[in-house]
Amino acid sequence: MHPAPSVIIFTMFSGLGFGLLAYLGLGLPPVAGWVAFGFFTLGYTLAVGGLLASVGHLANPKNAIKAFSQWRSSWLSREGVMAVASLLVMAVYAIALIFFDIRLRMVGLLGAVLCIGTVFTTSMIYTQLKTVPRWHDWTTPPVFLLHALGGGALLAGQVRMAGIFLAMLGFLMVWAWIKGDEKGLSGTTLESATGLGRIGKLRLLEPPHSGQNYLLKEMAYDVGRKHAFKLRIIALVLGYALPAALLLLLPVGHVLALVIVIAHVAGVAAGRWLFFAEAAHVQRLYYGK
Amino acid sequence: MTDLPKSTEKKLGLVIDLDTCVGCHACVVSCKEWNTSNYGTALSDVDAYGAEPQGTFLNRVHSFEAQPESGGCSQTVHFPKSCLHCEDAPCVTVCPTGASYKREEDGIVLVNEDDCMGCGLCAWSCPYGARELDQIFGVMKKCTLCVDRIYNENIPEEDRVPSCVRTCPAGARHFGDLGDPDSDVSRLVAEREGMDLMPEMGTKPVNKYLPPRLKDVPSDAALEPKYKDAAGLFGWLDKALEKF
Repeated sequence: MHPAPSVIIFTMFSGLGFGLLAYLGLGLPPVAGWVAFGFFTLGYTLAVGGLLASVGHLANPKNAIKAFSQWRSSWLSREGVMAVASLLVMAVYAIALIFFDIRLRMVGLLGAVLCIGTVFTTSMIYTQLKTVPRWHDWTTPPVFLLHALGGGALLAGQVRMAGIFLAMLGFLMVWAWIKGDEKGLSGTTLESATGLGRIGKLRLLEPPHSGQNYLLKEMAYDVGRKHAFKLRIIALVLGYALPAALLLLLPVGHVLALVIVIAHVAGVAAGRWLFFAEAAHVQRLYYGK
Repeated sequence: MTDLPKSTEKKLGLVIDLDTCVGCHACVVSCKEWNTSNYGTALSDVDAYGAEPQGTFLNRVHSFEAQPESGGCSQTVHFPKSCLHCEDAPCVTVCPTGASYKREEDGIVLVNEDDCMGCGLCAWSCPYGARELDQIFGVMKKCTLCVDRIYNENIPEEDRVPSCVRTCPAGARHFGDLGDPDSDVSRLVAEREGMDLMPEMGTKPVNKYLPPRLKDVPSDAALEPKYKDAAGLFGWLDKALEKF
């Protein structure tokens, strides 16, 4: 699949933002006043910035408002509804906490649940697609959730929790990569795609068109995969292993925390690029790919 | 709501005969011609007369070569591909805006372009690559089964079939109600063992493909030489030329 910057930024930063907001809703850290203002600003900037980036992926954004209508059938619509609900509930909690020094515990708890729910709906947009076997797997939702829980804890200064979640994520990510490689196209072949397997082995003789098209650009992406293994190592070390080790083994001050956050974001960016670039869509078979 | 209808009154669709298709791409061209000037926005082209032309098409013809494992002749199969109007169409349920829908009366899958926000998720969910996001208009385009022809009383009756079916010079494309077991198309599917594409995806496509008939093995197909020893005038000529 085409690793569009808009969807990489969207999934990465909205995940981090909603993760941070979830911790703040639970009173972790127990901030108030202007410090709380700073934390909530960061959380909202990441969450809303990510969502705005996703609008950049739309070819006809004037109809984006209609995406809230189909929550009964569509995961993308559910995500939109959940995102807005989380941001509104958390806004009530944040305003009470910052300006009135009142901690509305139940509202915060509800907001936290909605934030995590939003990340789950994001993951389901990808998990639901049978056409991309690498995504259509039980590992996809926990990978997204652990990114939000680990990255969110890191931003919220929850050192031990961040270390534990990121360590878990590292192991799960390696498992998901290996499993995704083994799955390939999950048994779908050019022979099953055309029904012509009854004659014999197939090859593409002539493609339907000599130039590019939307299908090739969007769903038959194969640029830069030769560095996939190196990028996996970068994602694993910078995104999960190094942060987890530093968080769990060293006393973490503000400077070290900043280094860990930068490493984590860089690693996750590499990993999220791979999430799209390595995902193979079955329709590419028709193009002999 | 982008739920799928529990059942549809008719299951209109295409039956494509891979034995007959000659790969001329006339269906591709006639589809583009009809659909660029009718339902919804035009099917745009980018750099149409330049070095890297590309554009939106609702129907494309791939050509494959099948090699029998036993050896023998390979078979070239031309393979037209467009929306299969699936009974369990994933492109409908993933749509967040309600733009993508399946009609209860005839099973045609359509996009209401006034609601489409161009997110492309329906194209991701389609295993067949049957949907293309128009690069200029930013809305999802797909085969409409020429919904603006098949019920159109302003055109002659023989034209009230999809444009690709009307134009196919080989008669490789058939249109009808696949929900009616007595329809011509259903009987054709039964006789010729019509098949689904990627049945493992669980989409239950309405369109069916008729497999190509198997080719002869070369040794069976070759003609025996008819005259071993020519007689009469040709026999005399043969001998005379031999000596000459």
